[in-house]
Amino acid sequence: MLIFLLRRLIQACVVMAIISLISFAIQDKLGDPVQQMVGMSVSVEERNALREELGLNDSLLTQYGRFLQNALQGDLGTSYYYKEPVLDVIFDKVPATLELAFCAILLVVLIATPLGVLAAINPKHWVSRILMVITSIGLSIPIFIVAILMMYLFSIEWNLAPSFGRGQTTEVFGLWHSGLFNQDGLSHLLLPSLSLAIALMPIFTRLIRAEMMEVLQSEYIRFAWSKGLSSNRIYFIHALKNTMLPIITIGGIQAGTLVAYTILTETIFQWPGMGFLFMDAVSRVDTPLISAYLIVVGGMFVVTNTIVDLIYGLVNPTVRLASHGL
Amino acid sequence: MYWVQKDTMKIQLIILYCFSLFLWTNAHATTLRMAFDADPISLDPHEQLSEGTLQFSHLVFDPLLRWTKDGQFEARLATHWERIDDQTMRFYLRENVTFRTGHPFSADDVIYTIQRLKKSPDFRAMFDTVETVTKVNDFAIDVHTVHPNPLLLNIMAYVFPLDRLFYAGKDQIIKYGDSFASHNVSGTGPFILESRELGSKMVLNRNPNYWDAASKGNVDHIIMTPIRADSTRLAALLSDDVDFISPVSPIDIKRAKLSDDIQLVTIPSTSILLLHMNQQRREEFRDVRVREAINLAINQTLIVEKILKNYATPAGQLSHPRFLGHQEALIPKYDLDKAKQLMKQAGYEKGFRVSMMAPNNRYINDEIVAQAIAAMLAKINITVDLKTLPKAQYFKEFSLKSADIMTLGWQSDTMDSNNIFEFVIACIDEKTGMGAYNASQYCQPEIDQRIKQANREMIPEKRQRLLQEIETILYREAAIVPLYWQSIIWAAKNDVHVGDIINDQNNPYLGDLFIETR
Repeated sequence: MLIFLLRRLIQACVVMAIISLISFAIQDKLGDPVQQMVGMSVSVEERNALREELGLNDSLLTQYGRFLQNALQGDLGTSYYYKEPVLDVIFDKVPATLELAFCAILLVVLIATPLGVLAAINPKHWVSRILMVITSIGLSIPIFIVAILMMYLFSIEWNLAPSFGRGQTTEVFGLWHSGLFNQDGLSHLLLPSLSLAIALMPIFTRLIRAEMMEVLQSEYIRFAWSKGLSSNRIYFIHALKNTMLPIITIGGIQAGTLVAYTILTETIFQWPGMGFLFMDAVSRVDTPLISAYLIVVGGMFVVTNTIVDLIYGLVNPTVRLASHGL
Repeated sequence: MYWVQKDTMKIQLIILYCFSLFLWTNAHATTLRMAFDADPISLDPHEQLSEGTLQFSHLVFDPLLRWTKDGQFEARLATHWERIDDQTMRFYLRENVTFRTGHPFSADDVIYTIQRLKKSPDFRAMFDTVETVTKVNDFAIDVHTVHPNPLLLNIMAYVFPLDRLFYAGKDQIIKYGDSFASHNVSGTGPFILESRELGSKMVLNRNPNYWDAASKGNVDHIIMTPIRADSTRLAALLSDDVDFISPVSPIDIKRAKLSDDIQLVTIPSTSILLLHMNQQRREEFRDVRVREAINLAINQTLIVEKILKNYATPAGQLSHPRFLGHQEALIPKYDLDKAKQLMKQAGYEKGFRVSMMAPNNRYINDEIVAQAIAAMLAKINITVDLKTLPKAQYFKEFSLKSADIMTLGWQSDTMDSNNIFEFVIACIDEKTGMGAYNASQYCQPEIDQRIKQANREMIPEKRQRLLQEIETILYREAAIVPLYWQSIIWAAKNDVHVGDIINDQNNPYLGDLFIETR
């Protein structure tokens, strides 16, 4: 276990180092940060002086060396726009994104699991068939269309939920501004988390259905039936548990998709989270913030996959961590 | 039994009382929730010369004087002014004005502010013309210019006096790092900043001691949210989450008009869109016949009608009708046959291939306009390789002059023709900064000489002639392709009287905004 975690730590470092190198290499293509800082009428001389001060005239390699040196001391740079250390800026926005992702995952689990199970139990029922059609449509509709449609229906036409922002937040333990504990915050969460959930739900429903149908054919389930166990116990305890294994793996991989989708959802709903921050940083050519975001997200990927692997071991004790993956 | 009832009644009364109190305060506090596409990058009004900064300055500070909707000057912190001689102007200042901190406003604050402006990288080019400012008494100053300057008042509209006692000593202007002024603010303006969450929210409260008691503005609180996505911004207005938005994308206008309780307000701005044809990169563009053919092949009126839905004015010159250099006679011409003929005469009947670049998120529908232009040029056999880029990347390419044809939008800071000429068509001179945006690399000494003269010419008629002559030369030489003046589009709830407070520089004077009680 310890060796496994240590390996993962090294892996995380390598991943983040590679990401930082890539983000530095593409910096030149993102635009000119100085252009964003000054007005149109500022002279070339003035711009060059600023560029020199920022160290942008040095070669990429020199800049990267300087960045690494600072990074080793825990300083990933200062955002040009926020004028604060980039990590502070990012971690300031983390709660909003985590809450959004958490609610989306909760919705997925609460809705997709029973639907998938029901579709597996009665595969020929008309409800199951319709469900399958809906999920295949859902798989092919891009999330921004879902989000814009929901915004149009729920906030413009029916006026049921606010169209943008995070609403009121309450402070939890002095370190987390949460929107989960008051009505305003929750109503703001509704549309973004629902659109995120809708993007992820079809694949999970289909996956659970397919896995469940396979499991229901297996020997031990037939044995359970002949033993006379109640159908609820068979479906939801014995069968579902074994269905979950591949689902968790896919879930871990989907965590990446979730990050990608939060960027879109947050931009559409003006949700003040990390994804929105990133899009903003790109449009402002806030290069330190862009690099730091990519590094942090890379780190998060490694962490979620590690957690998934740990859960894997819990669900199925036959899986040995040390032999599983790196 | 009796006492129970009495107690309930008491409670009911208390509740009723509280409720009425709540209603009363609510009825009297008018809140404006607004969403614009950008927010000020800093609280320091001298850090960046940009629309966001100026909009913010009009909230928390007051200018010495400001533009009215019809292009006149209105006295604000300066009550009146007079010319002492060609190089000196005296400004009389308003008395009994205090800053947010309680410090009284006086001549020292104005002198301090102008000195700070002269140190700001973004503003100093404009204020280079001011040699010194001297104090006449506590409420009068003399501004001495380096040479006679006909545009001194236009420049003084950028002076938003700062609280000297508040800032002095810790007032460095830092563009990319932390500074006192970028996080703290003290002005005399109609609003006082309460809180600010960079990039997501800004809350302002009305200044209870505001000097302008005659203002009919009744907004007590402003909640400003920058919303970058056009569709989200409009959705926020339609769903009643905000009261006032800008800008509105032309494709959304139809939808906005469907709502009964929403009004669209639009003003043609003075900012011009144009095309540069690079004469250094392309030999063909050195031939005036080719340039004229391009000018004739592009149908500005059609672009404005079809793509911008008439939310723009077709332009045949650089000077907006409000500017001194404007000439009624110079209208955009469209004549495809003549254009083809000219191409033939120039020996390019078969046409040629050029590269073109345009931004895709800077101006209204900029990408579609660029595509339309490429299609129009195809009719005179010019094949355009069009590349559109987000503004962050585009302006880098623009400064490198990376394409044969490049799009540029220009808003004159001084609301005068000469500002456009200096930056956009003057011969490139890196030392003086002239021609900094001249991606035509066109150089016409006749024009340069007139630009310099117009900068010092104090007689309006003579100055007008100089500027108009420049437009005539540009028209004759077909040196660039003027496209159109963009309109600024605002949308608001019907009870928010935005029509009275907007202007063509997109600085809504929210201090004077009146909202009907709901």
